[in-house]
Amino acid sequence: MGKRIAITGNFAIAEAMRQINPDVCAAYPITPSTQIMEKFSTFVADGKVDTELVTVESEHSAMSACIGASAAGGRVMTATSSQGLALMWEMLHIASGMRLPVVMTLVNRALSAPINIHGDHSDGMGARDCGWIQLWSENAQEAYDNLIQAIRIAEHDDIRLPAMVCMDGFIISHSIESMEMLPDDVVRDFIGEFKPKHPLLDIENPVTYGPLVLPDYFMEFKRQQHEAMLHVKDVVLEVAKEFQKISGRSYGLFETYRLEDAELAIVVLNSAAGTCKDVIDEYRDKGVRVGLLKPRLFRPFPYEEVAEALSGAKVIAVLDRAESFGGFGPMFMEISAAMLTNGSKPLMINKIYGLGGRDFMPEHAAVVIDEMKEVAETGKVKILKDYLGVRE
Amino acid sequence: MKGWRELEIGAITEAGSADNYNTGSWRAFRPQWIEENCIQCLFCWIYCPDSAITVKDGKRGEFDYNHCKGCGICAKECPGKKGKKAIVMVEEGK
Repeated sequence: MGKRIAITGNFAIAEAMRQINPDVCAAYPITPSTQIMEKFSTFVADGKVDTELVTVESEHSAMSACIGASAAGGRVMTATSSQGLALMWEMLHIASGMRLPVVMTLVNRALSAPINIHGDHSDGMGARDCGWIQLWSENAQEAYDNLIQAIRIAEHDDIRLPAMVCMDGFIISHSIESMEMLPDDVVRDFIGEFKPKHPLLDIENPVTYGPLVLPDYFMEFKRQQHEAMLHVKDVVLEVAKEFQKISGRSYGLFETYRLEDAELAIVVLNSAAGTCKDVIDEYRDKGVRVGLLKPRLFRPFPYEEVAEALSGAKVIAVLDRAESFGGFGPMFMEISAAMLTNGSKPLMINKIYGLGGRDFMPEHAAVVIDEMKEVAETGKVKILKDYLGVRE
Repeated sequence: MKGWRELEIGAITEAGSADNYNTGSWRAFRPQWIEENCIQCLFCWIYCPDSAITVKDGKRGEFDYNHCKGCGICAKECPGKKGKKAIVMVEEGK
């Protein structure tokens, strides 16, 4: 069994990377993910891993080097945040288009301008359509567990897609929490050996990566990527089942909290879910039937399963830590689409919260539940999209 | 044509598959080799960004017009003989 330790989110990720022992890591430092590679580079220097660490001049180069190393046949990892992910954007599509199972930790941070180093989900949500699998994590334990599972998911024969594991900048990345770390050999056995497909270093069987594909064949390759995404749900659940055997911790496509008989449901990602759960307990004690759904797998999004889990709710409040200016928050759009698939017509509200690291406090969760109660009683939504904790 | 189920994922193809495409059809200007002015320096072969100069036994031969896109770099770099170019560009269709 594992060892219980006190550790920050960033160091938990670095330890997971040490246990995974990738062939190549190419990274460029950016707050708040810097500590991951800083810590990992000490493992490289101390000979605790066999990794070739490539220090590059930008995140664009970091992802480019990851793509090259993955195509060459290596197991490849990196980490970034915010502007770093934004600078990688072009290369993210190339990693997924070439079907390279690169695994990256994204420590979520706001995007400039104005410049801000704190946690929100604008970076990850901006990379929503880049063809990467996205797993989101509430705390250090989930980030650590998700990263280990992401290796298995990304490299699965039915998938072969890059994956990013997201956790909240500073709130999780820099806070010390209690977490259980698995023994090194257990992790190593769990992830197994990486078996590359068409590695460029196999000079006996030369191949071309990244050819020009014109309108005659382009759509077929995009259709393949969607097909791979359709297999992800099953693989995520299969890997989670195996992971439970080694860790005792169970994972699904999402987590539900007191949702079974809930009339009011909150949907929220990552660390704010923990705050919401506490407030839900308080309201449950007062007899309010409120529950929560916290998505774990955001790409591909498990529409049918989420809709089924939320089908009993009369009112759903979707909390987004990212903006789509002039539109609804990205999670609200997914939940709306999900509810459309099963025909249940709940009343829905969208709250934008926590941008640029603005604290999400228990009283904010209470405001949301009170508003949901009112919507349930009156049957009317006053403001469809609104902000939490913003000064007028 | 193949459907998406039949294609190798990620558009990974056999090495050297560019040879199968006659990209020479993109050309607007055609290089013409004037053999009597050629000193066989092979500058054209070095500078060609594709592989449109065929070389055999260390000597250049005709252009591979299936792959020459008519960029004109060979004509520009050609030193020729006594001020007379061994490669000149001629407009296609003329």
